[in-house]
This record gives sequence, structure tokens and C-alpha cells, in this order.
Amino acid sequence: MDHTLRHRRVGLLEPELQDDRVGPGLRLFDDGDGTEPEPEVHPTRLRVVHVALGIVFLLAAMLASLLTGPAHLAPGAVLAQVASRIPLLGVHSQLPASDIAVIWQLRMPSIVLGSLVGSMLAVAGASYQGVFHNPLADPYLLGVASGAGLGATIAVVELPRLASWPVDPLPLAAFVGAVVAVVATFALGRSGRGTRTASSLILAGVAVGAFFTAAQTFLQQRNTPVLQEVYSWILGSLSTAGWGSVELVLPYVAVAAVVLVACRGLLDALSVGDDEATSVGVKADRVRLVVVTAATLGTAAAVAVSGLIGFVGIIVPHTIRLLVGPSYRRILPLSLLFGAGFLVFANLIATTVLSPGEIPIGVVTAFLGAPFFLIVLRQSRRFS
Amino acid sequence: MLEIDGLSVELGAATLLHNVSTRIDRGEWVALVGPNGAGKTTLLRAIAGLVDYHGEIRIDGRRAPHRRPRATARAVAYVPQQPQLPPTMTVTDYVLLGRSAHHRPLGNPTRRDRRVAAAVLARLELASFAHRPLGQLSGGEAQRAVLARSLAQEAPLLVLDEPTSSLDLGHGQLVLELTDSLRRQHGLTVLSALHDLTLAAQYAERLIVLSHGHAVLEGSPADVLDAVTINGVFDASVEVLTGRSGLVVAPMRPHRVPGSEHSASRPGERLEALR
Repeated sequence: MDHTLRHRRVGLLEPELQDDRVGPGLRLFDDGDGTEPEPEVHPTRLRVVHVALGIVFLLAAMLASLLTGPAHLAPGAVLAQVASRIPLLGVHSQLPASDIAVIWQLRMPSIVLGSLVGSMLAVAGASYQGVFHNPLADPYLLGVASGAGLGATIAVVELPRLASWPVDPLPLAAFVGAVVAVVATFALGRSGRGTRTASSLILAGVAVGAFFTAAQTFLQQRNTPVLQEVYSWILGSLSTAGWGSVELVLPYVAVAAVVLVACRGLLDALSVGDDEATSVGVKADRVRLVVVTAATLGTAAAVAVSGLIGFVGIIVPHTIRLLVGPSYRRILPLSLLFGAGFLVFANLIATTVLSPGEIPIGVVTAFLGAPFFLIVLRQSRRFS
Repeated sequence: MLEIDGLSVELGAATLLHNVSTRIDRGEWVALVGPNGAGKTTLLRAIAGLVDYHGEIRIDGRRAPHRRPRATARAVAYVPQQPQLPPTMTVTDYVLLGRSAHHRPLGNPTRRDRRVAAAVLARLELASFAHRPLGQLSGGEAQRAVLARSLAQEAPLLVLDEPTSSLDLGHGQLVLELTDSLRRQHGLTVLSALHDLTLAAQYAERLIVLSHGHAVLEGSPADVLDAVTINGVFDASVEVLTGRSGLVVAPMRPHRVPGSEHSASRPGERLEALR
């Protein structure tokens, strides 16, 4: 009696259906000769007008942030200075060195960092919502936030001893903490039957998050002098950003964004559930693993340099979903653009409303996010 | 076309299918019948590559690709009993999901994919619904959309799990008629679970009777369906009549009344067990 599990013996002895060729050919519909008219079928695709709007929104946010700030610089002079750095334009700028430093060492890095972090959080949030079929999923769902929080707290507590390090220990510790938390969630998120389903992962994320948060609270209680510093990190900020933070986060965001946007069609397939996605040829569990890995690494890097900026991963994808429909072929690329623009605008509000003081950017995004959340809830009730 | 040899499926300590063997010819329509929990869905899912199994499944003489969804999707189109229809997805996007195994995994549907989708939509008279969200379709239209998605896979084997269970009599009949005409027109092979024995008798050329994970009987409807067999397998009292288009299995009230002294009347007992 042959009772070996089938999948272990695949391809060893007998010919198999080849993965890359059309299966045991059944052509229900003729191929035609290539001259017939374009089929009258219009799948949902990314539209140029949406992309153009996203670019305009982002550029407007960048321009407004470039021209506004506690240091009062003349807009014309700022634009001339930026243009002078572009070769072949032949523009010359006569700003004093201190003003040049304000533009290139303060405003520019925080604009670029805001774009990177905003696009990462938005695209990660959209991806999480796709793989977990959960409209309230955000990039912190699997424990990134609590892991990063614990990492950052440890770094702040130990800071006096780490002061001699060549690199800033805080983002590093936050990044490591975030990755550890999500790996723990994945390791624990198997259900009894050994499979990782969307719900077993979410529940494991809740448990891991609670555990890490408890550890963080314990550490803070034992070291009350650091409370203030940890707290301000948690609320998030882009204003201390230098080009170093940009360099740190750029590779992660770039790779994650490319991977996630490439998976946009597969996320649409997952919306019919794991079984049916598998039956039409999509490996649901593998897609989920790849998407979650990319989204998590990108988010961990973003959190490491900017702190825990909430709501971007929920507000932005949902707004886009309400405006352009449910297909991830549209939502993911547009999340990159609108997420970037949204966070740059939020940072503008955070740094100017109480100028020269500053509101934590997490407060601004949440302040806009909470009312928005209610709108989303009303909308989703309409679909249920 | 489809050969199943010594197929067993285990889930933890439970064995859902015991050593099932059968073969189905190209263009044939075979129906799986049997009571709830007999293993019909498990057998269909094994063929669709969705559960691990012991034994052998061959399609056109070649071992079915297991754990390789793209290859499986081109050989087997599977329609579950309750397909998930994302309410805001358009019919076109849904039908194009059936082409996932034909275009590059990360790519967009090709021109040929769109041609096939257009042909399927036209064939199932869904063209005017093409841009409607799935949530706005009626039950019958939704079932046609599901059939369209599976047909777009261009797989030679169509596996249907209770295709009529959520439909009224008329729409159920419509879906079965449609499946039958597709089978005749394109040479599809159809394997379906059907719990309505009359429909099974009238549409399928052959029936496989499953009970407690065993294939206990196999043959033409006339061979398989008689009152004694049905009583034995389903614990149901029926009479089998010969109608103009085939057998009719009509339920009949059992002679022994539940609650009387001999309330070991088996249908009553079954109902209790189900509760």
C-alpha cells in the first residue's frame, strides 16, 4: 500500500503537468489571428488622471512646506536657491549661508523624510487591509508599534551607556524591536492545524503587542526620568530629521514599495478568500508572507526614524478606496503618492500652527484621523 | 480523463475519505451523492488541490499537480458551495481572476485573457452586467458570474460543489442546463456534488454514492437509485418514480411515526443527531 503523502513525491518519477505551460490544453475560445478588434472588456486599471492628481497633491505639499517655517525666508529667494542647485538652469542665489542651511539641512530633509514615511505607512496599511480582509488593519497590526516602542524605551534607558556608539542607537533599537515583535507574531500565529490564517495572525499580533507593551510600561515605571523622552518619541516627529534619517530609511521604503505595488493584482485575487484564490492559481499563504514581510520591514524602518505616527495607514488607503473603488491595482500606487503628500501636509500643520512651538505629528494625524474613522465606519456599514 | 486511485484524506485523527477509486471519461458528467458529512466536498477539494491526500489523482494520464496552484488551476476549475463574492468588485474583474494562472503572476491580464473573458461573459449572457459590482447581482446572476470565472480558467475539468444549493428551483435548473450545454459544446468534463437526487439523476450520466468517506456504489442513475439503497445510505424514506426525463426521487413520510413506541424511526433519529 502506498500511503506516502502525495506532495512529497512530486516530480520524482513521473511526468507532471508543467507549471509554465498551458495545462492539458482546453481552448474553449479561439485565439483569433490577432487582427480582430480589441475585446470589449475593461478590467480596473490605474488611471492617469488619478496619478496626476496624486503628483500634484504631493508637489503642492512639498512646495508649501518648503516655503513655510519658523525662519521667515522670502518665497522667491527660497525658490531661487532650490533652482540654483539644478544644473543647466543658470539661476544664481544670494542667500546667506544660514538661510541656505535652513533650506537644505532643515526643511528639505524633513520634506523628503515625510514623503518616504508617509508613503510607506499608507502603502503598508493598504497592503495589510488586503491580506487580512480587515478594513481596520493598519501597519501596526502585527506588533510593529509595541516592538518598536519597547526597543526605543530600552535604548533611551540605556542611552548613557550607549552614548559612545558610532550610530544613533534609538532608531536601531526601535527597528530591531519591531522586527522581533512581528517575527514572534508569525511564529506564534499558527492555528491548531498548523496553518496561518488571517485571523490567527491578527490574534497573535494582539497577544504579542500586549506583551511588548507590558514590558515597555514596566521599564518606564522603573525609569521614570526617561518617560518624557520615550513619550515624545512615541508621538513621532520629522523635524529633527537630517539627511542621515533619509539615508537610513530610503532603501527599505524603496524595496518595500516596489514589492508591494508589484503584488497589487495578487491582493485583488486574495479578496475572494484563500481557498478560491488558490483554486484560480494564486498561492494565498505565500502572497501573504511576502506582502507582510515587505510591509513590516518598511514600516519598521519608517517607525525607527519617525516614531509612531498613527492613522496614516488607515486614513489614506480608505480615502482612496472611497474615491476610486476597491481594486488594489489602484489603491496601492495611489497610496504611495497621497500618503507622502498627506504626511508632508500634516508635518506642515504640526510645525506651523503653534510656531515656534511644535505639535507632535502623531497628534495631527490622529486629530484628522479620528473624525475620518467615523466616516469610514459609516461607509463600511453601507457595504455590509 | 480523471483517474482517482486509492484516495484517502485525513484531518488530524479523523479519516474523511477511505481509499476512494474511480475514473471519469472526457465529456462525462458524474455526480457525487451522499448524506451530509459523507466526504463529497473533501473529495472535490482534493481534486482541486486544496487538501493533502494519500493515493493518486491523474488528469489525462498525468499525475495531478499538487501544491502548485497555477498548474492545478489550468487543469481543474473548482466552484465551492458558497463562493466569496467581494461585493464591490466588478463582474469583469471577478471573471478575469479566472485567468490568473494564464498570465504572469505579477502581470496584468493579457489581450487573450480579455478576449476569453469577453467570450465567457457573452456566452453566459453577462455582458450587460460586466461593470456591475458583484454585490448588486441577484442570486442567479451571481451564480452565473461564478460559473463564468471558472469557465475562464479554460480547464478541461469543471468541479462544482452543490451548484444549486443557494438557488430556487428555476435558477438551479438554469445553472445545470447551462453547465450541460457547455459540457456538450466544449467537451468539458463535469464532476459535481448534488444533494438533490432527482437533479443528479436527470443531469449526471453516472452517480458515485459516498457514505462515511467510502465510495459505496457507482453506476448509472437507474442502477444506483432505488428506494432500498437510498433508505440505507440517507436514512430517508422515498419512492423512485420514472418521469418523462428520467428518475424522480420523491420523499415519502416514514411509516413509523417519531414519538410512538417504535420511535427508532430513523429519519427522526437523524434529525435528533443533527441537532
